[in-house]
Amino acid sequence: MNIPGPLSQKPRLAVYKFSSCDGCQLQILELEDELLELAGEIEIAYFLEARRQALPGPYDIGLVEGSISTPAEERLIRQARKDCKVLVSIGACATAGGIQALRNWADIDEYKKRIYPRPEWVATLDVASPIAGYVYIDFELRGCPVNKRQLVEVLSALLAQRRPHLPTYSLCIECKRAGIPCVMVARKTPCLGPITQAGCGAICPKFNRGCYGCFGPAETPNIAALGRFFQEERNVSRPAMVRMLRSFNGYLEPFKTSSDDYEQCIQP
Amino acid sequence: MSNASNPETRVIEVHNLARVEGEGSLHLKIQGNRVTDIRFGIFEPPRFFEAFLRGRSFDEVPDITARICGICPVAYQMSSCTAIEAAMNIKVEGQLRLLRRLLYCGEWIESHVLHMFFLHLPDFLGYESAISMAADHKDLVVGALRLKKAGNEIVRLLGGREVHPINVRVGGFHRVPERGELDALGEELSACRNFAVDAIRFLASLRYPELEIDYDCVALRHPKEVAMLDGAIATSRGLEIPISQFPDHFEEIQVPHSTALHGRLRNGGTYLVGPLARLNLNWDLYPPAIKKLAEEIKFTVPCHNQFKSLLARGFETLYALDHALELISAYAPPSEPAAEIKVRQGVGHGCTEAPRGILYHRYEIGADGLIRSATIVPPTAQNQPQIEADLAAYAPRLLSLPQEEMTLRCEQLIRNYDPCISCATHFLKLTVDRG
Repeated sequence: MNIPGPLSQKPRLAVYKFSSCDGCQLQILELEDELLELAGEIEIAYFLEARRQALPGPYDIGLVEGSISTPAEERLIRQARKDCKVLVSIGACATAGGIQALRNWADIDEYKKRIYPRPEWVATLDVASPIAGYVYIDFELRGCPVNKRQLVEVLSALLAQRRPHLPTYSLCIECKRAGIPCVMVARKTPCLGPITQAGCGAICPKFNRGCYGCFGPAETPNIAALGRFFQEERNVSRPAMVRMLRSFNGYLEPFKTSSDDYEQCIQP
Repeated sequence: MSNASNPETRVIEVHNLARVEGEGSLHLKIQGNRVTDIRFGIFEPPRFFEAFLRGRSFDEVPDITARICGICPVAYQMSSCTAIEAAMNIKVEGQLRLLRRLLYCGEWIESHVLHMFFLHLPDFLGYESAISMAADHKDLVVGALRLKKAGNEIVRLLGGREVHPINVRVGGFHRVPERGELDALGEELSACRNFAVDAIRFLASLRYPELEIDYDCVALRHPKEVAMLDGAIATSRGLEIPISQFPDHFEEIQVPHSTALHGRLRNGGTYLVGPLARLNLNWDLYPPAIKKLAEEIKFTVPCHNQFKSLLARGFETLYALDHALELISAYAPPSEPAAEIKVRQGVGHGCTEAPRGILYHRYEIGADGLIRSATIVPPTAQNQPQIEADLAAYAPRLLSLPQEEMTLRCEQLIRNYDPCISCATHFLKLTVDRG
């Protein structure tokens, strides 16, 4: 992350929503113990879910939730970039396109016709894209949803003008540190932990299930090796492999290309 | 702008409705004292869940549908699971079913408290947000935060995290808690109970606009308990049908100003789902302590004033808290975390009580366990036409008010419904047009 120039005395925060479930911005309101303190440190100038009063920009920090999937959203994100000194995308929709990016592999007109009797009333872009596909982003916070402790870390770092301390290594490291028995070894459960970025607290293994990739690809993941192991040792079919990679972060590389390769039988 | 000098036409317009979940708008046009145009617009971008669920495996569905809504993911998981279990003839009973109810109590508490104190109450007390409200009502906001946190703690403990829990699966859970793991949760919930009761007394002292509407209430009804996960779909006009007959009696239609389909009864009528509808249909099953509190604050059921949905949420929150305590004290860990699953072809319907009202799911599953078709009818989509009908009844009474005040009142009415626009789009943008 670029460390921003000095922020205002009481930095002004804007929270934007694009195509999403609201869950990542909700994480701000889920900071039950810190919310009032946070409101003392930062002026929450624009946050439609929390307040009716929308103070005009410019803002010091913009948090962006959601992916860009309609022409109106494209216009709004360009304005948000102009209005914010620092722009941070939060969550899988904003950093990867989110679950709705599954439609990028499909015919959007067929989708519209399937759901809406009058598809011509519904305006959409051909693909649902991460924010960085449209404007320059200063920092990305992964997760479906983002982890609220990580969100506090990013905001604290911005206020202190330092880099946030956030891991880019795989979930396995976080899981081992927590002393959780490996579900892939002990329970023979397929787990995306080796290729997924840490940050959630290794909750799935803690609950006896395999990681399903909410935090997207870790730094330099060896997807081919995991895929081979899944298929040879854990009875995972090629179509199941495609589905595992194509979920909340499926449109983010290298998950995207790998899933295409498995689909077209290019990956071993 | 001012109505006194020009009574003919007035327009109220809100482009981005605040303190709701998702993106919506309102356009209201009033000529004389007649509302001539209401468009409760939802411009939340469509995300096409029903389309991309096709071809996914049945066991991925609860994780995917959770992402429809960050505020009520448990509801989506529960409706998905119960529908898929119906299709595959899987019975989830005993402690597993009770653990699901406990998880749902957590979501009712966190979602209701968020809406009551952070989204809705500022309208009644004249603040633009709970944060500005906290300057004058600090104890109330701090107490509400603690109660909300306790609800979230249920979801975190049973689900792994508050938003998009990871521990729910078709057939039950991945892991069930040990007996001792719930003790601290029980203590915290008990510690929040006095606040919950005092908060209801405080909410009862507020001034509620008078607006009685003859609602056709629709909710789940279970013969023995306040329905959450199962039962029959009942209406205040006397219809009682199994969940699988939902499509025979209810339909969704598309209107140009909304990316959310509108729900209505097949005979064309609007209907009400959510906390007030639930209380009206299930009040006989409420525990005596809560009925006594209702009597004390002079809340009578049936209630047909949606502004008092604020109180209905209060009662449901208290019920969920007491019920959670009951479930915790009677908890004995089941031997298996989930019922056995045998994949089979079939069609299944599920309907559960999301915080905002009934949430219906239907899946057609192939013999390979892959989804062939999916239908999801969220509560806010069903309430949309009723919101417009309420506005048509309410707006003419507000004509003497200045524009800003009238707009605020209309927004408050919309917030009665705790509309979850992310869910329904399948938003909210309010314009009152009076010329």
